[in-house]
Amino acid sequence: MIVAIASGKGGTGKTTVAVNLAYLAARSGRATAYLDCDVEEPDGHVFLRPEIEEQQPIEKLVPTVDPERCTYCGACARVCRFGAIASLPKQTVIFSELCHACGGCRLACPVDAIREVPRTIGILRRGHSGEIRFLEGVLNVGEAMSPPAIRAVKAAAPKDAELILLDAPPGTSCPAVETVRGCDYVVLVTEPTPFGLNDLVLAVEMVRALRRPFGVVVNRADVGNGRVREYCAGQRIPMLGEIPDDRAAAEAYSRGQMLVEAVDGFAERFGSLLARLVERKA
Amino acid sequence: MKELVIVSGKGGTGKTSMAASLASLAAPVVLADCDVDAADLHLVVEPRINSRNDFLCGSKARIKPGHCTACGKCEELCRFDAIFYDGPGNGRVARTFRVDSLACEGCGVCADYCVEGAIEFKPVVAGQWFVSTTKYGPMVHARLAAAAENSGKLVTQLRQTAQQMVQSQGLELVICDGSPGIGCPVIASLTGASLALIIVEPTMAALHDFERIARLTVRLGIPALLAVNKADLNKELAERLETAAVAVGIEPAGRVPYDPEVTRAQIAGRSVVEASAGPAAEAVRALWQRVNGRLQGCAESQAGGLVQMGVKQ
Repeated sequence: MIVAIASGKGGTGKTTVAVNLAYLAARSGRATAYLDCDVEEPDGHVFLRPEIEEQQPIEKLVPTVDPERCTYCGACARVCRFGAIASLPKQTVIFSELCHACGGCRLACPVDAIREVPRTIGILRRGHSGEIRFLEGVLNVGEAMSPPAIRAVKAAAPKDAELILLDAPPGTSCPAVETVRGCDYVVLVTEPTPFGLNDLVLAVEMVRALRRPFGVVVNRADVGNGRVREYCAGQRIPMLGEIPDDRAAAEAYSRGQMLVEAVDGFAERFGSLLARLVERKA
Repeated sequence: MKELVIVSGKGGTGKTSMAASLASLAAPVVLADCDVDAADLHLVVEPRINSRNDFLCGSKARIKPGHCTACGKCEELCRFDAIFYDGPGNGRVARTFRVDSLACEGCGVCADYCVEGAIEFKPVVAGQWFVSTTKYGPMVHARLAAAAENSGKLVTQLRQTAQQMVQSQGLELVICDGSPGIGCPVIASLTGASLALIIVEPTMAALHDFERIARLTVRLGIPALLAVNKADLNKELAERLETAAVAVGIEPAGRVPYDPEVTRAQIAGRSVVEASAGPAAEAVRALWQRVNGRLQGCAESQAGGLVQMGVKQ
């Protein structure tokens, strides 16, 4: 079972939910993997403190032009929909950050002057935290496009894990979509504020467009107002659980501690959340 | 013309609340909500929309089932797993190929190489953007369609419009509310700006994220200031963040204490400096003095810089 933990708004508690669920699932004997798909700002390692066993580069194919063969005809630049190639009278310039690696330019070149070569855009790190198998993608600073790195993390998911938790990036566009695509279930984490509600509605539109089953967790449940709960009830969205606003929890989080270990009552809360999640798709 | 961009690396640290407060202190200004994925600034600044514009984000492929001969060339060429062999039959073949438009990246390769000409490749509307009026001045903002792409390009569109409005209305400053992360929309928000204000909370996760957003501002050559929000939650980490900032040439510009008035102001649909005289509001006022002082010494915003990273159509 693959579960993505997502949200429209940033900082609602995706990583908190994902790492604490992973911890309890592994402790109950399930083969559990945690995959950090927030490759722009991966934070799961701060809480899970994994031992990293292996690192490998994440690569994207980008074109390279053989100047001996190139006739500067411009066919590659005309076919590129991403503006990643400029054809000048005596030079063909490739902007590899803009390249989506579609391969169209190589197909379009009439003289076979284009080859595709791997370019490193980030690192895939693999390890474990206790019984939890840990994977994270780390995008290189300055790289604009995270979806290829997210694809690499998802492709490396252990095949024999019973529960795979994907910690998604915030938002509702390509990086979030890339993470949520193909999951069995999506947990949307929000907070009961006007910003939380506005962004939850956008996230619900996204998961509905992707046709994924989903439920909501309300974090810092006692701040704000009742509008998020009213919205979920009106839309018949399952409420999976609530996490209270707790100074001790906020301080434990700030130190990078696991709430289920550090704060009284949180093991029970996350335990019932896990039970509800597993029941849904068991 | 100066442009201040509020970013954070990690999400949910208080960028939008800060943008609304700074706008009320700096008014009249042009506001740009560049967090197009999850735009929230409109909830606290009550824009009156003057014009709505479609955002065209390149094209997507669609297979016309009546013309598809199920040869499979499109599926073979697609690098994005966007083509599925589960389209309707058409008399000649029992099943046809189908494009999953959410997975399609708009490269057009399938359409270019379909020998039957069965694949349409047309521009799609991926959202709307608005020019509005607020009590602080003009505002540009957007609503990206759910699961849409090209948010960086939409950010570029918003910033260019904001810069035109500064000139046409005789104003001096654009305040941009940025998105979390360090990827495409953040690069599109920062490139060529006068000054970045990085908002962090004192947590271990934020310390890690700060290091990455700080490196991005350095790499893009944008001067930056640091503000620590909810600083009293962990004073030791607040100090470590400020030390880390100084080490990379980023000046700490202030701390804002945790204050329930901030959430109350959000629920009331107002900025905290207008809704409260509490400790957070007071700290934000002092912060604005330092940000404004620093802005005076910063370069004019470079609209031309956008072209480098802006995704060409």
